[in-house]
Amino acid sequence: MNLVFRLAWRNLWRQPRRTWLTVGAIMFSNMLLVFMISLQFGMYGLMIDNTLQAFTGHLQIQAPGYIDDQKMRQTVDNVVPLATELRDYFDSDNIAARATAFALVSSEERSYGTAVIGTEPAFERNVSTLPGLVTQGRYLGEQDAAEIVIGAALARNLRVALGDELTLIGSGRDGSFAAAVVNIVGVFESGLVDFDRSITEIPLGFFQDVFYMDGSGHYIVINLPLIDDVPVVQEQVEALLPAGEDLVVHDWDALQPGLKQAIKADMSSAFFMYGILVILVAFSVLNTQLMSVLERTHEFGIVLSLGLTPGRLGRLVLLETAILGVLGLLFGALLGALFTYWFSVNGFSYPGMEEMTAKFNLPARFYPQVSVLSLLIGPAVVFIFTILAAVYPALRLRKLHPVEAMRAV
Amino acid sequence: MSAVTCVDLCKTYRQGEVDIKALDHVSIEIDKGGFVCLSAPSGGGKTTLLNAIGGLDRPDSGEVIINGRRIDNLPKGELAELRLRQIGFVFQAFNLIPVLTARENIEFVMQVQGVPAAERRQRAVEILEEVGLAGLEDRRPADMSGGQQQRVAVARAIVSRPALVLADEPTANLDSKTADGLMELFRELNEHHNTTFVIATHDKRVMSYAKRLVRMLDGRIVDDINQDAA
Repeated sequence: MNLVFRLAWRNLWRQPRRTWLTVGAIMFSNMLLVFMISLQFGMYGLMIDNTLQAFTGHLQIQAPGYIDDQKMRQTVDNVVPLATELRDYFDSDNIAARATAFALVSSEERSYGTAVIGTEPAFERNVSTLPGLVTQGRYLGEQDAAEIVIGAALARNLRVALGDELTLIGSGRDGSFAAAVVNIVGVFESGLVDFDRSITEIPLGFFQDVFYMDGSGHYIVINLPLIDDVPVVQEQVEALLPAGEDLVVHDWDALQPGLKQAIKADMSSAFFMYGILVILVAFSVLNTQLMSVLERTHEFGIVLSLGLTPGRLGRLVLLETAILGVLGLLFGALLGALFTYWFSVNGFSYPGMEEMTAKFNLPARFYPQVSVLSLLIGPAVVFIFTILAAVYPALRLRKLHPVEAMRAV
Repeated sequence: MSAVTCVDLCKTYRQGEVDIKALDHVSIEIDKGGFVCLSAPSGGGKTTLLNAIGGLDRPDSGEVIINGRRIDNLPKGELAELRLRQIGFVFQAFNLIPVLTARENIEFVMQVQGVPAAERRQRAVEILEEVGLAGLEDRRPADMSGGQQQRVAVARAIVSRPALVLADEPTANLDSKTADGLMELFRELNEHHNTTFVIATHDKRVMSYAKRLVRMLDGRIVDDINQDAA
């Protein structure tokens, strides 16, 4: 072992209790940061995945302007053949066409306005969680036509049940009157009352007939296994779009701008708290190293008189601090990783979490994942601040005069 | 060429409202291979002169020349380099680094000088043997007697074979037998290696070892006796 390192190491253990307390503070903050950042990133990943998989998808092909003002006329022509072509090209079933209209849905007793969505029953299951939320009856099938799936809240409001008939009245693509009688084959329950009250789904083919769509739809949803693939696939899809057709491809950020904003807002407040934690740790290190330097003034006077420069002494103090930081980093990151691993197996939850997570269509338990980023980002920042905290004590040594320092007791 | 030349050194300290002249127009020349004792009562100026010669403290005026090089106006870094390579220090309180063993205390100075590890180790063991501490290489200062610690301090001071060794009351914390042993060691090093020794002391037995005795009082040299000739 290098002599200077040995000296730094032994200097640290002159006051074992103080050293352990400082290492403990660094370790605790590292552990907490690894766990919290893992949890946070895991939560964001789930939020994004679940929200996008619930309905929106990672990418959508639409007519220009449809994203801002969803008019019936802004359509994607030949939407099913285009969706089929994309499914073949990407060899993926996670692509489905949809059409959307607003209609008055009436039972014998009551009427409510809802969104009527035309879906491809065979593929909708791969781009939306809604088919899986059906609690009564079944989701739409490929052979279905005048069938409808509605939310539990709407069923309650309309006082209808499975097998009952509903009347749809709306406007077709050309502005003409559109009407149909449909049979309830399924009732879904997402837990979000607003959603369950305002969405109904019918087969896309039937939708096109009722609303005079002439083979068109409003958008094609594309779900991807990894969110990181979005930019590449978006470019590929853009290249595949039929020439002459005025179509655009929107990514999830454009489709769900609130999601990223919510994540950013949450991140800002979380990182503010982490910042306070790191600064508290830095002050603890500053206190330790300042005391350590002050109580060794006499000894520093000796080594200065032997010919050491204040710069070398400063580096010794920085080395001691770096050792403190590395010990705290290793123990903290290890414990943080183990802690996170335990929760990644057993899940993490807290009181009231279920209510909050339901808003984002998230499960009631989170399963944080240890990643290189979450393992390194917190400890790296703590380490940098630990070293910065030692700069002042190290710089103080520059003012040390050997004769005066040796007079110190 | 002289090992040490001091020309008209003055140094005044302010203690409360009073100015104390620690050095009052001191001039002295010490030859290479000299063995000089600076003797003075407390506050007589011997430590201040020693510090000025060793580049630990700057005089208010005058010149200090070590081996032909003026040092009183050198920047801090160059003074540190001079102390590291040309001057050995022995202090009254031994002043070893408590967390390092005897061998490591000696090696530490050599490491700073950039001596390779293997050579450092060999030279440290050799010098400890030379000062009579063979077998105690791995002891820390707290596990050694005062005499042993002072021998380690001497070994540290001379391991790089400096031309000049400055010792400030080196025997003050030692019993008479150990003090005699240390002075014998100094004399041996002076005779065998031609190392120049300047020792500040008010111990009469230490003075008896000196080839030259310089007495100081109130910051001035009042007597300069060549004991070799005597």
